[in-house]
Amino acid sequence: MYDAGKVIVGLVIFLALLTFPTWYNVATGKATYVPELEKAVKGDQCVADTEYMRAEHMDLLNEWRDKVVRDGERIHTAPDGTKYNMSLTMTCLDCHSNKANFCDKCHDYLSVDPYCYDCHIIPEVTK
Amino acid sequence: MAVDRRKFLRLTGLAALGVAAKPIGILAQEDIPAEISGKLPQENPLTAKRWAMVVDLEKCRDHENIKDCAAACHRVHNVPEFDNPKDEIKWMWEEDFRHAFHEQEIEHLPEKFEYTKVPLLCNHCDNPPCVRVCPTGSTWKRESDGIVMMDWHRCIGCRYCIAACPYGSRSFNWRDPRPFIKETTPEFPTRMRGVVEKCTFCEERLAQGQIPACVEAAKNDAIAFGDLEDPNSKVRELLRERYSIRRKPGLGTHPEVYYLL
Amino acid sequence: MIEKALSGDKRYWSWVGFLAFAIGVGTLAWFRQYELGLTITGLSRDVTWGFYIAQFTFMVGVAASAVMLVLPYYLHDNKSFGKITILGEFVAVGSCIVCMLFIFVDMGMPFRTPNVFIYASPNSVMFWDTVVLFGYLVLNVIIGWTVLGAERKQLPPPKWVKPLIILSIPWAISIHTVTAFLYSGLAARPFWMTAVLAPRFLASAFSAGPALIIILCLILRKVASFDVSKEALQKLAVIMTYAMCINVFLVLMEVFTAVYSSMPEHMAHFEYLFLGLDGKNALAPFMWVSSILAVVTLILLLNPKTRRNESILAFACVALFVSLWIDKGMAMIVTGYIPNVMGVVHEYMPTLPELLITVGVYSIGALIVTILYKVALTVKKNVA
Ligand code: HEC
Ligand code: HEC
Ligand code: HEC
Repeated sequence: MYDAGKVIVGLVIFLALLTFPTWYNVATGKATYVPELEKAVKGDQCVADTEYMRAEHMDLLNEWRDKVVRDGERIHTAPDGTKYNMSLTMTCLDCHSNKANFCDKCHDYLSVDPYCYDCHIIPEVTK
Repeated sequence: MAVDRRKFLRLTGLAALGVAAKPIGILAQEDIPAEISGKLPQENPLTAKRWAMVVDLEKCRDHENIKDCAAACHRVHNVPEFDNPKDEIKWMWEEDFRHAFHEQEIEHLPEKFEYTKVPLLCNHCDNPPCVRVCPTGSTWKRESDGIVMMDWHRCIGCRYCIAACPYGSRSFNWRDPRPFIKETTPEFPTRMRGVVEKCTFCEERLAQGQIPACVEAAKNDAIAFGDLEDPNSKVRELLRERYSIRRKPGLGTHPEVYYLL
Repeated sequence: MIEKALSGDKRYWSWVGFLAFAIGVGTLAWFRQYELGLTITGLSRDVTWGFYIAQFTFMVGVAASAVMLVLPYYLHDNKSFGKITILGEFVAVGSCIVCMLFIFVDMGMPFRTPNVFIYASPNSVMFWDTVVLFGYLVLNVIIGWTVLGAERKQLPPPKWVKPLIILSIPWAISIHTVTAFLYSGLAARPFWMTAVLAPRFLASAFSAGPALIIILCLILRKVASFDVSKEALQKLAVIMTYAMCINVFLVLMEVFTAVYSSMPEHMAHFEYLFLGLDGKNALAPFMWVSSILAVVTLILLLNPKTRRNESILAFACVALFVSLWIDKGMAMIVTGYIPNVMGVVHEYMPTLPELLITVGVYSIGALIVTILYKVALTVKKNVA
């Protein structure tokens, strides 16, 4: 590769650009800021422990989705024996009906934009 | 791709968040038992080995009856209504006898059938060509009860299933359906532009112990629904007593919607 | 090597600029389509595949036809093809990318296309079509680039490419066969459900492809003083002629079977195509033009005197290409839906945004081929 030099310089610039948001956040101290999340309006515990929910709720939702739609199972039994209907809008948003100050706040902060609500209808009370 | 992005986010923003979120962690609020959240589905869903539908065409001469069935279906499933027929989406609809049974090349039709409107919907074939062609497994035949299911989370909108369906039972969302849904039913998600949709024999209602919406709406028992494998079921009884036809049986798809003449 | 595409005369740059402009317009139109949905196309509940899928089908054929240059050179050691096989391979690269883009713009949820691999479904012909098309693209990129790289260093190509080249021959046949299977396995669409579809696709591909290569060679001779030998062109023309004969023969077989058997569901589509049905006949004039052009080209090509005249040959190639493009790029796909499964005729016409996107996609292909040709010709010139 006779222009390997150029390629490497290009790659370095590319990587620098790609990781820019991280550097920027570190430099400005933005990453340590955390949005103030509102409490769930119902219940004293989430469908799994909070740590797990915080990090893995998207995987849990995917699992629920596949169970309901593909396996025809609709009831989730939490480790403590509580039963939940595996539904995004009817369960998650029932307790977290303050969606805007809970889900959205965190997502906006991390610029995640779940496209679920293109189809799933946000319950009236939640809006 | 999504996974990579997720890992990336976790490594950066979320890692910091995870550490810092502890102090502001959401505290328990009122003492409401958790069971009340998300009405639990019925513990006794309707089940069958092979769901099938039997439509009594004698009772379909009352057009309002069929219209009501279709309207009920479209209401509970948030099916949009477009002004432009090009964009049309239909789960259940009515069709002239000649078109519905177009392969019969009918010459002389008894007068009563000239005025009969045939309700059409997905046939939930035993050997569904749409399932065979789907490149992502977004549509499949449920082994437990034979329903041809849809997974709207996977569909890539290639429309191969529409090419393969000999019954015109599938519709594509050419545009965003939401502005065209008259009254939304919050329990059932809408679809979005770019995915294919069709009747699912009200699989979500069966899970709640309810019969399909069209069957419920049909007056004079125009539509029967039941287990084809159960010799004592209503559908088997009707098929024993009356002569029935199916659409394009020659294609080997084994449709499971029967029409009584 | 790629830097050789960065120096060219004014004509080269205005051509590249023109393509870039067309790509820009097509991209804007695509953004609009992405936002509003495929409602901005002429597609409907009854005709759900149209112009995009038809172009895809046609271009799979063009991609496969590279084999008509590779096969004589590598299997029959026909030296006159040595200079132009690379042109075929690079056309295949461009065509494969064009095919993928046409699939991409046709998808309802384009960014979910990775699902085809994530949830791989071997029961679906579409899965296999994606696999073979990707494979074919990779094969041709590797082969073309390696052979050209060796030529630049004035070395024989490395030994390991030879098996890849041999593999690319059946692979080319497979891409178009599998594409035909997409359609011919559907009981719902009698117009497509014919065993002769795959052979017919191959025959039309092996005449349209070489026609395109001949046209490109003649253009390159003018604009880039690429000295393609008369002999190679004539050999290609013969291949193209025989493939066209077989294609016309197969079409006539189809028409005979449908018309003589008189089965309504088979006949209705041909009736719509050539005569119109229920007073609707948007495609009929095109089909007649296509048929007449096919006859004229066959007369010109079968007669050695006219075939050897390069101006007549050029005309015949263009006419043949247009004839086959109408047949496969306009009529073949939508007629499967007309009349629809209930015997009702709903016609289809592409809309302006749809045409702009199509032109945009083709321009991307043309740009890729232009760049690759520029590199190839510069290398060849430097070596000579
Ligand atoms: C029974 C009511 C209830 C339901 C149902 C419920 N949650 Fe929770 N959720 C809570 C409560 C209460 C907390 C806070 C627990 C704590 O602070 O320890 C919580 C915490 C969370 C957190 C962590 C917030 C943080 O502090 O970082 C996430 C994320 C979350 N829930 C998502 C979901 C999702 C997604 C669903 C649906 C699958 C869901 N929840 C269903 C009550 C509920
Ligand atoms: C503590 C912050 C936080 C809270 C609170 C939170 N999320 Fe998330 N959510 C995330 C992060 C981080 C991701 C990961 C983004 C990714 O994977 O791309 C995510 C991803 C998701 C995704 C997957 C999106 C995708 O594109 O794959 C869904 C669905 C989702 N969240 C739903 C919810 C719902 C519903 C709630 C409220 C009940 C909620 N989230 C509350 C942080 C949060
Ligand atoms: C294209 C439309 C569409 C999108 C986008 C979509 N869903 Fe769904 N989803 C549906 C439909 C329709 C159902 C109901 C299927 C059924 O009952 O047969 C459903 C059901 C579900 C269910 C189980 C039942 C329920 O009431 O919730 C879960 C969980 C779910 N989706 C999660 C998600 C998540 C998480 C996302 C976003 C990452 C998402 N969906 C995006 C259409 C969609």
